[in-house]
Amino acid sequence: MEKDILEILEKDSRISAEEIAVMLGKPSEEVSACIKKMEDEGIICGYTILPNRDKTEKEYVAAMIEVKVTPQRDSGYEAIAKRIYKFDEVKSVYLMSGAYDFMVLMEGKNIKEISHFISSKLSTLESVTSTATHFVLKKYKDYGIIMEKNEYADERMVVSP
Amino acid sequence: MTFVARHIAEMPRSGIRKFFDIVNEIDGAISLGVGEPDFETPWAIKERGIYTLENKRTVYTSNAGLIELRREISKYLENRIGVKYDPGSEILVTVGASEGIDVALRAVIEPGDEVLIVEPSFVSYRPCVTMAGGVPVSVETKAENDFRLTPEDILKKLTPRTKALVLPYPNNPTGAIMEKSDLAAIEKVLKYRDIVVISDEIYSELTYGDISHTSISSFESMREKTVVLNGFSKSYAMTGWRLGYAAGPREIIDAMTKIHQYIIMCAPTVSQYAGIEALQSCDDAVMKMRREYDARRRVMRKGFLDMGLSCFDAKGAFYLFPCIKSTGLSSDEFAEKLLYEEKVAVVPGTAFGECGEGFIRCSYAYSIKEIKAALERIERFVRKLKNTDKP
Repeated sequence: MEKDILEILEKDSRISAEEIAVMLGKPSEEVSACIKKMEDEGIICGYTILPNRDKTEKEYVAAMIEVKVTPQRDSGYEAIAKRIYKFDEVKSVYLMSGAYDFMVLMEGKNIKEISHFISSKLSTLESVTSTATHFVLKKYKDYGIIMEKNEYADERMVVSP
Repeated sequence: MTFVARHIAEMPRSGIRKFFDIVNEIDGAISLGVGEPDFETPWAIKERGIYTLENKRTVYTSNAGLIELRREISKYLENRIGVKYDPGSEILVTVGASEGIDVALRAVIEPGDEVLIVEPSFVSYRPCVTMAGGVPVSVETKAENDFRLTPEDILKKLTPRTKALVLPYPNNPTGAIMEKSDLAAIEKVLKYRDIVVISDEIYSELTYGDISHTSISSFESMREKTVVLNGFSKSYAMTGWRLGYAAGPREIIDAMTKIHQYIIMCAPTVSQYAGIEALQSCDDAVMKMRREYDARRRVMRKGFLDMGLSCFDAKGAFYLFPCIKSTGLSSDEFAEKLLYEEKVAVVPGTAFGECGEGFIRCSYAYSIKEIKAALERIERFVRKLKNTDKP
């Protein structure tokens, strides 16, 4: 049931436990308990929304930064990852296979702000050996959702056999 | 003087068509009336179609269809229903399962042959039997059996002239399915009789709960007298691509291919290539759609039960068939009044056979949001009816 609930909530986290219960044909207490359990266990880490920033008035720019680091003897990548993800400016941090170590997602008001963060906060961390910054020009799809909706009308005939 | 042949002139127009004309007059109606998925064809399939066009594969294929596609169909059938069909001689690719219905009937019917048609069911069977010179015989299924076919239903209608049985499960419009044990009972009746079964399994991918589809052809005694019809429309959301297929014993498929070659030549080439992609890589997409339908099915059924309409737990296709007898209206009256008063389009059960009286077909090929909006209006409508009934 966990999997089914996650699938529904991932699409729309505002659906109530009662509604999920109807959709899955399960008692709603069971669904509520399961959601609670997943929250407690950290399977569900949070509920959020998916804004299309291009449509807001606020200045906004996002960047993906490839970061190479020297892993440390005792803590490997963990300690350095923590030093990076603790910054509020940093949205996501992934440990990667391949040519670099971390992929860091950042959001800021403008390019200058992000550059400043990288040059003063990120690159200056001891274990960081190099960074390569890619600014996002446009988001087409994020977390499975297409940002610019092509609102096709329902082309189906209203009644068909 | 009319030039139209009498048997065509006398053929009634589809009840759905009549209703369609009414619905079209109403502005801003919400519909629960469609018989096709609301999902888009999975992108991998569309992409293959585009690629096919770009590569100038816009010519005829062999009459029976691309052999690569027939091989994939053969694999699929073995996988899903556990029956082996030779791609070279026992599979025909058709223009939707609709063509399959027509061609299968024409291949087996001689003038005056009786064809049993399980009802309520899809609107084409009867006219196709008539056009093939046969005599359609209704086999009515009942709400108390959850619209499953029982041996008694058939036995009452058998005559020495019975040539074929149209078996449409999972069923449009009722959403009923036939489980293995139900089919076993039917097999007993048919085992020693020379009756061809035309098994329309177009909704085979859409069964819910833990029940997966069983085909009557999976019974050893039935394989040689069953034509399985299926297609890509419902399972892969490909209605407009017009792609289906028939699988059956060599002799019948051969006869069907003969008819098909004269009337159709071949199914659309682009669609055939797209169909290969569908069978090769889209199981996950189908599963996703199935799960989504299942959730909607539950939401819709609860809606009907909450408003006091009985509605059996239909485990197939994407229709519910709630009973509206408690409102005191006939199916036609209910559907028409609902449309005029609350602007919701549903299809009267009678469009699918007389025994659909007292029921309406509601499709859940809509988003949950749309379904809820429609349910709200239906609920208001039913409440009004019940209140005015009181003395």
